[in-house]
Amino acid sequence: MSLAIEVHDLVKRFGSRTVVDHLSLSLEQGRVCGFVGPNGSGKTTSLRMICGLLTPDGGGGTCLGHDLLREREAIKRQIGYMTQRFGLYEDLTIRENLEFIGRIYGLDRLHGRIDDALERLNLATRQSQRTGSLSGGWKQRLALAACLLHEPKLLLLDEPTAGVDPRARRAFWDEIHDLAAHGMTVLVSTHYMDEAERCHELAYLAYGELLAHGAAAEIVSRSGLHAFVALGGGLDHLATSLRGVQGINAAAFGATLHVSSADPIALEEAIAPFRHDPALRWHEVQPTLEDVFIHLMGDARDNAADG
Amino acid sequence: MQRTARVRQQESALRGFRGRVTAVTIKEVLSILHDRASLMLMLLVPVIQLLLFGYAIDTDPRHLPTAVVAADQSTISRTVLSALANTGYMEFTHRPQTEAEANALLQRGEVQFVVKVPSDFTRRLVRGERTQVLIDADATDPMTVTNPLAAAGPAIEQALRRDLIGPLKALGGHSDAVELVIHRRYNPEGKARFDTVPGLLAVILSVSMVLMTALAVTREYELGTMENLLATPARPLEVMIGKICPYFFVGSIQTMVILLLSWLLFGIGIRGSAALFALAAVLFILVNLAIGFMISTVSKTQLQAMHSAVVVLLPVTLLTGFMFPFRGMPSWAQAVGEMLPATHFIRITRGLMLKGASFDDIARELAALAVMLIVVSALTLSRYRQTLDTGAKPAA
Repeated sequence: MSLAIEVHDLVKRFGSRTVVDHLSLSLEQGRVCGFVGPNGSGKTTSLRMICGLLTPDGGGGTCLGHDLLREREAIKRQIGYMTQRFGLYEDLTIRENLEFIGRIYGLDRLHGRIDDALERLNLATRQSQRTGSLSGGWKQRLALAACLLHEPKLLLLDEPTAGVDPRARRAFWDEIHDLAAHGMTVLVSTHYMDEAERCHELAYLAYGELLAHGAAAEIVSRSGLHAFVALGGGLDHLATSLRGVQGINAAAFGATLHVSSADPIALEEAIAPFRHDPALRWHEVQPTLEDVFIHLMGDARDNAADG
Repeated sequence: MQRTARVRQQESALRGFRGRVTAVTIKEVLSILHDRASLMLMLLVPVIQLLLFGYAIDTDPRHLPTAVVAADQSTISRTVLSALANTGYMEFTHRPQTEAEANALLQRGEVQFVVKVPSDFTRRLVRGERTQVLIDADATDPMTVTNPLAAAGPAIEQALRRDLIGPLKALGGHSDAVELVIHRRYNPEGKARFDTVPGLLAVILSVSMVLMTALAVTREYELGTMENLLATPARPLEVMIGKICPYFFVGSIQTMVILLLSWLLFGIGIRGSAALFALAAVLFILVNLAIGFMISTVSKTQLQAMHSAVVVLLPVTLLTGFMFPFRGMPSWAQAVGEMLPATHFIRITRGLMLKGASFDDIARELAALAVMLIVVSALTLSRYRQTLDTGAKPAA
């Protein structure tokens, strides 16, 4: 399998702040990789460096076999980049926007391609509508259609589903997998755990550093995290008292409480006083991806504080 | 074989270039067409300005308040005075008893002119000696007094020829019987004659071209569409040319509207070569578009771009010779003025519209515009990068 993305030691600084710190990442063709991590962790900056919008301060690599620093033109022609903010012109109509993008890429059969895209989007009847009047979900689908118009080999999507309703998000992800099935490589940043779980692999970035990379299950099993779930009443109160304990994470999900820690003994000790509470039922469970991410985030913050 | 391959490669590169420039141009035209209000403003502003400057700001005012000190009250002196009043420029509003009183009126600005008829006026005239009428003018605003003073002499002469009849007829015959003595007070040079319309063209073009491009490009950064555009194969030069084309067209239309109106309403046409005028206008429009583009590369928001544009445009109205005479400015201000394209364009338009200048007369100004265009474009292209590196905010 050839690598769609192969970057090593990418560094980006804004002034004295290091936003991306020696990021190395390889992504095979046809894979969907989720880029996850807290706000300000350098996801957007990394995506911008990979697509040639930002010049790295250090490191290098290739994108679709083209050098990141020297062959930006070639990279730009073969990737589709969907910006976090809606990047099309709101004052133009839907069709005018697609025509603009098509002309920029110098596409042949422009008319036919746009008709096809509009048909797929179900926007054929609204093609003369101002783009600004579309809802968030439609804008996002249109933006995706626009960056697929020139049939790129790699898609870079920066939080494409922020503020989009669950149904539209599901449809969006179905399309992503459909594209991947046809050989498209996708690197997509997200904050949603359900979306992260739909990715073939995940790259977890915090404070500019890549902390974990692999399939969701691998990341969970490698985390060394232990978790218990409590069911019953008074969970909110219990969550508050457990959260005070060093090294313990507790989060209430409706009628259940998730308690996790990297230290199994500390975890047992922390929940021991409540273990025999008749109002509660306890189970040992696999930690969730969210448990792992929150755990990783806490570690990274500790490191940052130490440094 | 290799050669044809290279030629083919160059051809396809050129096609790509043209395609992307066209794409940006079409996009910009659509944006302009969709924003009807701005489009109307772009076309109406020149008309409104021309009417305001052409009519509301009258550089040939009439019925100016005038004080008369008539020490001699004969029929002939009354003839002379009514001849002055009949030019329409002077209205005798004050009749002070003494010269001192009249001077005070002039000093306070209550009258524009003081007309003095000496006590021996009629006596000397009848004797066939030379006689005088004195006009003191408040020449602080030279434009105001130029026409009235020019009209005074012929008016007096004509009146004397008509009204001196009988035995005095012979006196009116020789034209220098009455000498008109004019004192331009407060501004004896009075050289500030300038013409509004040619200068106005420079100001209107500067304002709309600089502002329009500065905002059009900054808007893309502010709305986030620039990030999208930069991720495509579009190159800086292509974006710049594509964005400039529609505004170049708008500027040409504005030029034609102003020329047409100034010809229809004020009878000011192009006396020199129309081709030279077109060349100068093209250069000037391009320089201003490039300045607007340069502003957009240093501004992060539309508001900043607006302020920068005002900073650039203020000297265009003040230091180019449009509002105030260029030669009347201190040398540092003249140096600043020389740096502004509008200064050179105003000299060209005045030369071509008023004086019928030839190529040699305006070659230096044309060269200055060309140099400015090259320098500003080079600066802009060096600042406008293909990446978001300059001015990129630390991304989330």
